Amino acid sequence: MKYIDEFNDPDLARRLLDEIRATVTRPWALMEVCGGQTHSIIRHGIDQLLPEEVELIHGPGCPVCVTPLDVIDQALEIAARPGVMFCSFGDMLRVPGTDRDLFRVKGEGGDVRVVYSPLDALDLARKHPDRQVVFFAIGFETTAPANAMAVHQARRLGLDNFSLLVSHVRVPPAIAAIMTAPECRVQGFLAAGHVCSVMGTAEYPELAERHRVPVVVTGFEPLDILEGIRRAVHQLERGEHRVENAYPRAVREQGNPAALRMLREVFEVTDRNWRGIGPIPDSGWRLSEAYRAYDAEIRFDVTGIRTEEPAVCRAGEVLQGLIKPTECEAFGTACTPRTPLGATMVSNEGACAAYHLYRRMTDGPAQQGSRIPREELNTVG
Amino acid sequence: MADLATEAAVDPANWTCPAPLRDQPVVVMGHGGGGALSAELIEQIFAPAYGNPTLAALADSAVLDLGGARLAFSTDSYVVRPLFFPGGSLGDLAVNGTVNDLAMSGARPAYLSTAFVLEEGVGLDVVGRVAQAMGAAAKAAGVTIATGDTKVVESGHGDGVYVTTAGVGLVPDGVDIRPQRARPGDAVIVSGPIGLHGVAIMSVREGLEFGVEIASDTAPLADLVAAMLAVTKDIHVLRDPTRGGLGASLNEIARASGTGVRLRERAVPVPDEVANACGFLGLDPLYVANEGRLVAFVPAPHAEAVLAAMRAHPHGGGAVLVGECVEDHPGMVVMATGLGGTRVVDLPLGEQLPRIC
Amino acid sequence: MCLAMPGKVVSIDHRADPRTGLIDFGGVRKQACLEYLPDVRVGEYVIVHVGFALQRLDEESARASLELFQQLGLLEEEFGDAWEQAARQESGSETR
Repeated sequence: MKYIDEFNDPDLARRLLDEIRATVTRPWALMEVCGGQTHSIIRHGIDQLLPEEVELIHGPGCPVCVTPLDVIDQALEIAARPGVMFCSFGDMLRVPGTDRDLFRVKGEGGDVRVVYSPLDALDLARKHPDRQVVFFAIGFETTAPANAMAVHQARRLGLDNFSLLVSHVRVPPAIAAIMTAPECRVQGFLAAGHVCSVMGTAEYPELAERHRVPVVVTGFEPLDILEGIRRAVHQLERGEHRVENAYPRAVREQGNPAALRMLREVFEVTDRNWRGIGPIPDSGWRLSEAYRAYDAEIRFDVTGIRTEEPAVCRAGEVLQGLIKPTECEAFGTACTPRTPLGATMVSNEGACAAYHLYRRMTDGPAQQGSRIPREELNTVG
Repeated sequence: MADLATEAAVDPANWTCPAPLRDQPVVVMGHGGGGALSAELIEQIFAPAYGNPTLAALADSAVLDLGGARLAFSTDSYVVRPLFFPGGSLGDLAVNGTVNDLAMSGARPAYLSTAFVLEEGVGLDVVGRVAQAMGAAAKAAGVTIATGDTKVVESGHGDGVYVTTAGVGLVPDGVDIRPQRARPGDAVIVSGPIGLHGVAIMSVREGLEFGVEIASDTAPLADLVAAMLAVTKDIHVLRDPTRGGLGASLNEIARASGTGVRLRERAVPVPDEVANACGFLGLDPLYVANEGRLVAFVPAPHAEAVLAAMRAHPHGGGAVLVGECVEDHPGMVVMATGLGGTRVVDLPLGEQLPRIC
Repeated sequence: MCLAMPGKVVSIDHRADPRTGLIDFGGVRKQACLEYLPDVRVGEYVIVHVGFALQRLDEESARASLELFQQLGLLEEEFGDAWEQAARQESGSETR
């Protein structure tokens, strides 16, 4: 598969790793912002191949993880109502609200549908004029243009039985929030490549300058991630803090102008809560005035639902790299992948979930070291 | 579907088992996904209720002593949408699935029963096509459909056609195949490319098209197993990685035997179309269903000969060694990635869903 | 987040509303919305996320990245100091 296979080449990966090893002279903490990057890092075992000086802190870039508890509770409330067809990306069905998840609402008779695209939800609205079709519009800047198009089309076609429950989040304010935290350990960012495919890179130079931190726009295949790390380490070793584009095949400085126009028309910037982190000013989008009639929060009058997150969860500190997941009192006891308290335990890519999985391997009985011996790795395949 | 779920729900207040399902007081789709939720359902509700050592073995089929003979016995219900898909149909699955469950204990399948639950209003031509497919599949697998039953439920209370089959077969002397027998040092062999059935089904549901034909791998595996047993009777474990895929099967074997499984990513046969379809739906091929594949744990000295016998068979032409059974990390499956890192392949929780993240 | 796949535009349906095209992902084909790439042509590669083509893939950039990775190793093997060389090479093309 073109543009994937070449960027998975193990020989080139080894060259990049050698290069990083040759460059690094002291410890650096990098944050990969995007959950997709975390997924790739864990799936390919990239973190285990890096020199020990390079620490990867898994950032908050998983929309599933950071969607705030009260929005999940709103979704559960709407989805359980008669006459509603609640459509969502598959990721969100397992995310726990206060006392249940969307799977459970479905099990109890709610009409909850998994869709691949928001346009599929729009089709359902067209085919079922007697039903209220609600799409759970979560995601970062990458997903926002798709959701914007869906509601734009709904308005154009007069599909008044369609609405969005919006919980969009934006990456740059989150980076700023992390950098301004007093004990922040992050020294360099791997920015989310596909977010920048849409938004471009214009928002980052100011961040890099203000916080004196390298920002490297990074892709998702193993070589892309290693290249992002290589460039960030390179800058850090030289005391530089620039914005670099290590994903030029998919990212232009100006982003996607057509998508940006649509985003400006449909959404406006708003403050947003992040699960496990708290409120971040200007970090979200909501429907603009012209589209307010399609806001499910208003249509179903669920704005009053406000929920406190469990106080014991320290996901915010984990996300900022201040503590390891195992240092949280609830880790592995009150909080497990089956009964997550916070964002980082919710999805497989979350830092706590990943630690939970690997700890079982290292702490299990009869252990002789958790990793497959290196000499064996080299003969693989 | 909602009614079915409600009827199947169990009042948690009446539970006597020590470890109740932690967070799901009702049945959710994941309970049928072949992952951790399915396992909990069995371990916490069915096994305690039926409580006997035969069931506790939790193999694909039970092996029973009956009048001096060793009888393998298995049952399975088949619900699939769409009923007809590239490469097969509900009818093929209903026969091959049960035949394969029997074969995974080394048995020669002999007789099947069949029970239909039909929804009021479904076309008789549809029922006819399913029945025809079952007849043809039974013939191909060398089994006889010996008895059957039909029930009809009201419109809206079923999904067209559900089929349940049960089957029996004889286990040859000297054959003892079950998940508990995996031993460190065993070679782990997969009989061919994985993920085809699940992707064929998803292609219909998600509106995917393929440049080349992607068809379900549904096939009867008893004959392949017989060819393997002709090499050595000392095959430790066989499993057909249906729901939950290869990842779930290997986890079940690791847990049942208290051993670890070490996989080599580059050796796992994933066809390009499966990899790419999974790629953009955000699924992992290791957890995608197969209906005509098996995974075998074979003592290392016999591995080469068993592999050769498999490759000489029409249903094992793509057989490859994908890893081995180890003492380390008992109960866990760990994969050496193509890049040289390692990754834990966990038991999936429930069904896989398309994701965006 | 943001699972997106590169694929090749096989055909474009200009009459569809919104405008769509058939995208080939290494033998797997699916329709995607092309509204955000108004001038995309058949044969070009795009990245697709939740049914939307979001950006063109630039073949030249991809080739340059891979060549750089190749050179990293070669430089190290031949000249010993890959890092400096690569850095110099890179800064020449780094105007983004």
